[in-house]
Amino acid sequence: MPKRIENVGCPYCGVCCDDLVVTVSDDGKKILEVENACAIGNQIFHHATSEGRIKLPRLRQPDGTYKDISYDEAVDYAAKVLYNAKKPLIYGFGSTNCEGMAAAAKVAERAGAVLDNCASICHGSSFLAIFDNGYPSCTLGETKNRADVIVYWGANPAHAHPRHMSRYSIFPRGFFTGKGHKSRKIIVIDPRHTDTAQVADIHLQVKQGYDYDLFDAFRTAARGHEIPAEVAGIKREKILEVVEIMKKARFGTIFYGMGLCHSDGRNHNVDIAISLTRDLNDYTKWTIMAMRGHYNITGPGAVWSWQYGFPYCLDLTKKDIAHMNPGETSSVDLAMRDEVDAFINIGTDAGAHFPIEAVKHLKKHPWITIDPNICMASEISDLHIPVGIVGVEVPGIVYRMDNVPIQYRKVIDPPEGVISDEELFERIHKRLSELEAEETAKGPAKAAPEGARAEE
Amino acid sequence: MKTVTLTLTNPSELFIEGQNITPDNFAGRKAAEIAALDVWEGKQKSPLGKYFTVEGDGGATAEETKIVLRGDCTRVKRIGQQMTAGEIVIEGNADMYIGGWMKGGKIHVKGNVDSFCGIGMEGGELVVDGNAAHHLGSSPRGEWRGMQGGVIRVAGNAGNDTATFINGGTIVIGGDADIHISTHGEGGTVIVKGNAKGRVGGQMVKGDIYVYGTIENPLPGFSMVDEVEQEVDGETARFAHYIGDLGERHPTSKGKTVYANLYTKL
Repeated sequence: MPKRIENVGCPYCGVCCDDLVVTVSDDGKKILEVENACAIGNQIFHHATSEGRIKLPRLRQPDGTYKDISYDEAVDYAAKVLYNAKKPLIYGFGSTNCEGMAAAAKVAERAGAVLDNCASICHGSSFLAIFDNGYPSCTLGETKNRADVIVYWGANPAHAHPRHMSRYSIFPRGFFTGKGHKSRKIIVIDPRHTDTAQVADIHLQVKQGYDYDLFDAFRTAARGHEIPAEVAGIKREKILEVVEIMKKARFGTIFYGMGLCHSDGRNHNVDIAISLTRDLNDYTKWTIMAMRGHYNITGPGAVWSWQYGFPYCLDLTKKDIAHMNPGETSSVDLAMRDEVDAFINIGTDAGAHFPIEAVKHLKKHPWITIDPNICMASEISDLHIPVGIVGVEVPGIVYRMDNVPIQYRKVIDPPEGVISDEELFERIHKRLSELEAEETAKGPAKAAPEGARAEE
Repeated sequence: MKTVTLTLTNPSELFIEGQNITPDNFAGRKAAEIAALDVWEGKQKSPLGKYFTVEGDGGATAEETKIVLRGDCTRVKRIGQQMTAGEIVIEGNADMYIGGWMKGGKIHVKGNVDSFCGIGMEGGELVVDGNAAHHLGSSPRGEWRGMQGGVIRVAGNAGNDTATFINGGTIVIGGDADIHISTHGEGGTVIVKGNAKGRVGGQMVKGDIYVYGTIENPLPGFSMVDEVEQEVDGETARFAHYIGDLGERHPTSKGKTVYANLYTKL
């Protein structure tokens, strides 16, 4: 009889829905049905048991084709690339578990690498703003149970986080929000009339790239000062109306996305949003939250902050000190400036996400992709190492967008012989240590202590 | 004053981190000892002499030591970082962190510099004849006490994020500045002799900004109060005087609220 597994976590977006019901075939080899997930989450589960999974590492051959090799050979190749490079870059981690991230950090520290995650091209600027200005945030549960005003600023959850609005922000009935969406005011601030803007009570169509100016107007108006007749394409009356709604809220949350952290000014847009949140707390309770993208992109921030004190863009080349300064140690900058000489892409697709110029620079050096699937990065790599899919075939800890850790589990076994990210990095670490030991053994023996020997 | 001349004869494949290239580290050392100082290229630690030829010995103290860098130092970072005295002359371009956390002395760059130059500066003088990239005289990431003192002069243009969290000192930009000048500023002076693109003085609490040209997108939080005549960088001119950022918190002094001042040339 097929087995129904309840309360399964979804390995797609930062909402981390943990109410999925997955039906697995008798022999435990095929996923038959996935309930409660959005279309994208559904596809991730079904994809796991579809045709064409890669089951062995593939090494690029002189004629340009891939040849299957063993995991041992792949581990040896990866360890040697890391060992020989002066400044290797290990980037990705949006879609793996915290155990894999910790193991990768061990490898990076041993190899003297730069360790970076997808936040580098995503919510990394939010970290910079949080460093500068704090983070008056809450959990998604608090928003669900308390919030009566919701602001989506530069975010489009209708497409990027399909169940965010129904689980936490707009529609659910919570402890103090029994009337659901009827008792909530929804404000969407976006230059485009997105599908999220469709469900809003108020949509402010801000001029693209002028969010900072609009925040400044909000803050100036909140303090009772005059503002110009129009700011960032929004009329003064409209700004004053929204400020009034925000001040009169019982509990509000600003959810912001790439519209803030990847338009001109980046961290400063988030920074001033945090300042506005703090200002509003003079009147009522307001919170702010980053709409983190992947299901465990909050993970590396949590894991590496605990290990090294910094969430991303970690330069571990000096081994005993961690240095972090996005603009210098961020992946795309390192690539564009030709500052690294080896690249490991893990649990993401730098081939698809990086600017083409950055990819061209990185391609001058060895490129290894660690990913369960065929993606753009795997197709331009020198070595592609397949691993099990976290949340489907591999269990582990993931962090939801509100920094709540959730234990994910597996519903089926990975294809025979395929290992997890954690095991792979542990094996690379072991091989690296062996290489170091071999090199040390080759070197001159320790100098004899100076001074004359006493006569016997 | 004794002069040490470093000539980059064997350029690196990646970037060189030259935090040891300061008068403080060169003082009291012979040329051969200077050539043995550490520099980093990625995870590889090498002696300075691997990349540079070193001529001349250091002075007895940092004050008596002058360093001249020749050759293309476009890929050399952190020259003059944390220096407290003496002088550095870079004949061409240099990379990031030039004069970062500098406490005293003088650095003169005859070409361009990249980002993060003069960050966390406490004193001394950094002069750039060309352009500077981003985060000039800014605070290091997460540090809310930015530039404390000293003077930065850039003859050309500056990138974005100039003087973030500035607390003291002066920055003079001869050309144009990109977005974000003195964001979160709590003191100090920034003078832009060309145009500024926008977000001038956002979230600013205290301090002064002068813009001689135009501001493409002025912030709504700044309000004009009067016209004043002032002497700035040795010349007197009339300015429109704005106060702000009215959206930000402001301290009171002697019963009066203290605002940041923005002056635009009339």
